[in-house]
Amino acid sequence: MNSVLRYLFFLCVVRPIILVVLGLNVRRQELLPKTGPAIVVANHNSHLDALTLMTLFGMRRLSIVRPVAAVDYFLRSKWRAWFSTQIIGIIPLKRTVAGERSDPLAGISDALNAGNILILFPEGSRGNPEQLETFKTGIAHIAKRHSEVPIVPVFLHGLGKALPRGEGILVPFFCDVFVGESIPSTGNRDAFMALLKERMTSLASEGNFPTWD
Amino acid sequence: MTILQFDHLAAEVRYTLAGIFACLVVASLVARILQRAKPGKNFRELRLRIRTWWVIAGLFSLAIVLNRGASLFFLAFVSFLALKEFLSLVPTRRADHRVLFLAYLSIPFQYLWVYLDWYGIFIIFIPVYLFLLLPTRMVLIGETDGFLRAIGTLHWGLMTTVFSLSHAAMLLAVHPIANARYKPVWPSETSALNPGPGLLILLVLLTQSNDVAQYIWGKTLGRRKVVPKVSPGKTLGGLAGGVATTMLLATTLGPYLTFLDWKRALFAGTIIGLSGFAGDVSISALKRDLGVKDSGTMLPGHGGILDRIDSLTYTAPLYFHFVFYCYC
Repeated sequence: MNSVLRYLFFLCVVRPIILVVLGLNVRRQELLPKTGPAIVVANHNSHLDALTLMTLFGMRRLSIVRPVAAVDYFLRSKWRAWFSTQIIGIIPLKRTVAGERSDPLAGISDALNAGNILILFPEGSRGNPEQLETFKTGIAHIAKRHSEVPIVPVFLHGLGKALPRGEGILVPFFCDVFVGESIPSTGNRDAFMALLKERMTSLASEGNFPTWD
Repeated sequence: MTILQFDHLAAEVRYTLAGIFACLVVASLVARILQRAKPGKNFRELRLRIRTWWVIAGLFSLAIVLNRGASLFFLAFVSFLALKEFLSLVPTRRADHRVLFLAYLSIPFQYLWVYLDWYGIFIIFIPVYLFLLLPTRMVLIGETDGFLRAIGTLHWGLMTTVFSLSHAAMLLAVHPIANARYKPVWPSETSALNPGPGLLILLVLLTQSNDVAQYIWGKTLGRRKVVPKVSPGKTLGGLAGGVATTMLLATTLGPYLTFLDWKRALFAGTIIGLSGFAGDVSISALKRDLGVKDSGTMLPGHGGILDRIDSLTYTAPLYFHFVFYCYC
């Protein structure tokens, strides 16, 4: 039942909004992973980010594409939790793990082992719109644990202008999606983070974006 | 086939639409033959361009053939795409989020006035009411840094992509009055009942063929540049050849397709030839100012939607007001 609702929601609501109301300019779509397990990492400015990346995989792969999202925000109320987990299909992640005994990345590992394509925002939150914040290192742990899983960096621009944090009204803009080559797992946390940062910065520098402040 | 009824379209309108597709068939064949004759040279850009022309002509014809509502929806959607491309291209302010939303909201209203054939509000809604409303909304938000730049760019965009373009749609509502300055010469009985489609097709056809003619003439003759800093490819010979070609086409096609006599058609062709050039180079100046080559990536082989309708944003209001002055 919920999976039917999820399919219809993406077909009738998400896709028209992302592709018609907004409109995407995608560079190198062919570099996106064709099948799972795989991880897509992107910069994060808007609730539209995950929906945009999910749209890129098409309706056929919708069932295996799942964004990783914060427990404290997305599971805050009962209705929001239902919508987040059943319709959007998030994998809940605890942002603060101090004093936790259980493995905080267990949900992610399970999903990868099940062949899913995960969408992950290493900035941790949407932060200031259209600004790249420091990446959290959780992604390096996942890369080390699943060294065989491709990690594809994607730079998004414009979605933070269309629906920035704290705004309820969507304003249409054409948005850019720059896909990069997958990042090899080095096994070393700092080296991986440096490489990820470098790839994202270089993707970001491809665009000639108008100022927005 | 109850949806696709052609009865409301005059025979000359249908034949002209068929003629456009015949030209596209020829263009596609020529591109294929060129590619075969010179396998070393890459004609990919040209073929992409022609393929996109097929899509544009197909959607435009479909909208016209369906009915007036569909035509208005199509043109309103073109306005939406153009405004979106404009606002994605120019610097905007974060504080103006809701002002931009209001600007978008003006599109359905502007085309509603067209649908209602309410000329009085159509002609002042954006130049007067939104001109005053949008800065007021900005002031209420209270961000004064970059105020003039923000309201200036937004209003220019709105005038170009929505107000100007909606004049093409308003052509569908034109009906000559009894004591007009010039007497309409009806090409057929159906056209007297529904003259709008003929007028609109003449505008779009002449504007787009003017672009092509200016390009081809510019390649073949002329050395003196018209606006070297803005558009180094544009020569005086190209401009003159383009305008002359458009005048000729207008004089032959105008009286066949619309109620314009050959003198009025010639004048309309001159307006379209000259103002089409002006619209083309003004969008070129905008792109040069922003440091981009194309206004977008929507139309493969052409660039963005603004790259395609740049001339139309100038020709539509001028052609409309010429027709309106002479016949309404």
